[in-house]
Amino acid sequence: MTRRRLRGRLTPYWLALPGWLWLLIFFVIPTLVMLSLSTQSGSIETGFRQTFDVANYSQTWSQFHVQFIRSIVYGLIATVLCLTIGYPVAYWIAFRGGARKSSLLFLILLPFFVSFVIRTQSWNFILADNGLLLTPLKSGHLVPQDFHILATSTAVVGGLAYNFLPFMILPVYVALERIDPALLEASADLYASRTAAFLRVVFPLSLPGVFAGVLLTFVPAASDYVNASILGGAKTTMIGNIIQTEYFTNLEYNKAAALSFILMAALLIGVFAYARALGTEDVFEVAAG
Amino acid sequence: MKSNEPDRPTPDLVRGLLQPRLSRRSALQVGGLGALASALAACGVSGGGGNNAAPTNASQSKSQSKAAQSFWDQQKKTGHLDFANWPLYIDVNPKNKNDHPSIDLFEKQTGIHVNYQEVIQENDSFFGKIQPELSAGQSTGYDLMVITNGLYLDKLKALGYLIALDQKRMTNFYKYASPLVKNPSYDPGNRFTMAWQSGITGIGYDPKRVGHKITSWADLQDPKLKGKIGMFGDTQDMPNSALLAIGVKPETSTVADWKKAVTWLKKQQPLVRKYYDQNYIDPLSKGDIWVSMAWSGDIYQANASGANLKFVVPKEGGVLWTDNMCIPKYAKHPLDALTYMDFVYQPKIAAMLAEYINYITPVSSAQQAIKQDAQKAKGSDKADLQLLATSPLIFPSRSDFGRLHRYRVLTASEESVWNGLFEPIYQS
Repeated sequence: MTRRRLRGRLTPYWLALPGWLWLLIFFVIPTLVMLSLSTQSGSIETGFRQTFDVANYSQTWSQFHVQFIRSIVYGLIATVLCLTIGYPVAYWIAFRGGARKSSLLFLILLPFFVSFVIRTQSWNFILADNGLLLTPLKSGHLVPQDFHILATSTAVVGGLAYNFLPFMILPVYVALERIDPALLEASADLYASRTAAFLRVVFPLSLPGVFAGVLLTFVPAASDYVNASILGGAKTTMIGNIIQTEYFTNLEYNKAAALSFILMAALLIGVFAYARALGTEDVFEVAAG
Repeated sequence: MKSNEPDRPTPDLVRGLLQPRLSRRSALQVGGLGALASALAACGVSGGGGNNAAPTNASQSKSQSKAAQSFWDQQKKTGHLDFANWPLYIDVNPKNKNDHPSIDLFEKQTGIHVNYQEVIQENDSFFGKIQPELSAGQSTGYDLMVITNGLYLDKLKALGYLIALDQKRMTNFYKYASPLVKNPSYDPGNRFTMAWQSGITGIGYDPKRVGHKITSWADLQDPKLKGKIGMFGDTQDMPNSALLAIGVKPETSTVADWKKAVTWLKKQQPLVRKYYDQNYIDPLSKGDIWVSMAWSGDIYQANASGANLKFVVPKEGGVLWTDNMCIPKYAKHPLDALTYMDFVYQPKIAAMLAEYINYITPVSSAQQAIKQDAQKAKGSDKADLQLLATSPLIFPSRSDFGRLHRYRVLTASEESVWNGLFEPIYQS
């Protein structure tokens, strides 16, 4: 092999080096540090020492499994909501958007120009007990006077679905947009009804987008803490809130790290099981692209 | 796709956006921006867990004070001071928000240039920021910082991260400091701290909606107010208030008392709408909740921007907390810092500060100075100053003072028991 060919083969690796270094410094090393921290014992005053103590895991699980399961359930409901709302929107933009596709996509992204906190906080005003939505309903006696939406799980799940909706719409849109319209004509020529064409041609072809959308929605939704703290109430604490309190308020870094890894493991196992069930081997490539 | 991460803020930023310590005038200014702005402006300090006193005995503290003295003997004025404080927690020039008249005066009188930085959003995040530097034996870059009594101040003391003050250079402090902040339980003999401002944790309510007077912590267990009650979700204000509710002095409470307080809180739980981190003021002004645990200064500010709320120190007592000036270890300009700490205890300076910050000033004679300012002032300023000088929220009455208590100071082992008991109340 000549030197030139060797250099040619190595070039892509050299080009990827900054990326790898970035991942190593800002992802791999912090993750390892946190993993080590999760098995240490001690306190902020005495310092944390490595004892390979896995009790942090069992303790935090038994203490906070309710919030764990609640987060997963909230995340799932929010994801299903996003899919049911987002798919038709993506479909409509991809097939009926015409020349205005890019403007419509821009409109989907527009809320992101406003801070996450402000967007969530503004729901506080819309949903307030005597706010824009409930005041007319209450004065029309359509709901009882003490009815409220804020401080309930409905408000938290609704906030999650609202905040992560674009992450569902965009990948689904990309998948639908790739579908050649000629395929639809072909299915019509083969006597497929519009429903059958959708179910047997369009939907299967859009699955990689749905897969990516579900991942991009579910993972951040299940670990979110902002919605629960702004829109939630006495019984809607999510695991993200617990991790935040353990880390920043109680300074129990080891427990917070253990909780984060339990969450990470749960999400990873869920994602792989889901990838398996869907049966697409190259889904991750599609998700990444 | 993956580059489209949500523009999610860090917890520190969330807190920063939802912080207290907004000066009265700023509150009036933003009030015009409407409900959203005032929601962000409202709020308070979220507490931490319990406390740990530094272990001391007589001989130890004697040798420590000797070391402190020789440290101070070596210090010289450098003409520079890096001051870390909370946002909107100092007087401002109405024409230029970045100009602080009291600091200008200090610079003129002492020749010390002050680099004033509003970098403290929250005790916990600030502690998290300076702790790695201090544990590595490095300067934090600050000579003076303002920390609330409780968990983080206790930790700073226990870890030896504060410089003991030179008591001989605290002349204004010993002359003018109000008894409230002299020799406080969390810092006996003011070895490490001097108070910046204080506030009270009590009950805030909307008299129109509640329809009757609230006088007692027991009113927060009224079944008629179900779903309209707010509590703080923390391990400091909430547990200490619950102890007061069951008639126990928090300072001397025992584990048995704590358990009774938990029973009280559990009984109350089905009535509580939410355990608030910080932004309880906005739901209280809008009517989402009618009655809530509250900080005195927040209620004052909410009323100054148009709300009609009431604050009471319940008959069983309220909790007094204090934000304290202290000097972090490895500070580069400690003498300049100490000079400033004592400077703000002159009644005139304390009045300048109190006119903008709506918490309890550490100098009670500042009230007189504010009254004099009010006589000189004109128009709306005059009314503002008169309101301030007579407000029981800024200058609490004698009978209120008698009912104020401090947080329970906890040892490390007590702290884990305490947290284990009280955390599940709000982390549910």
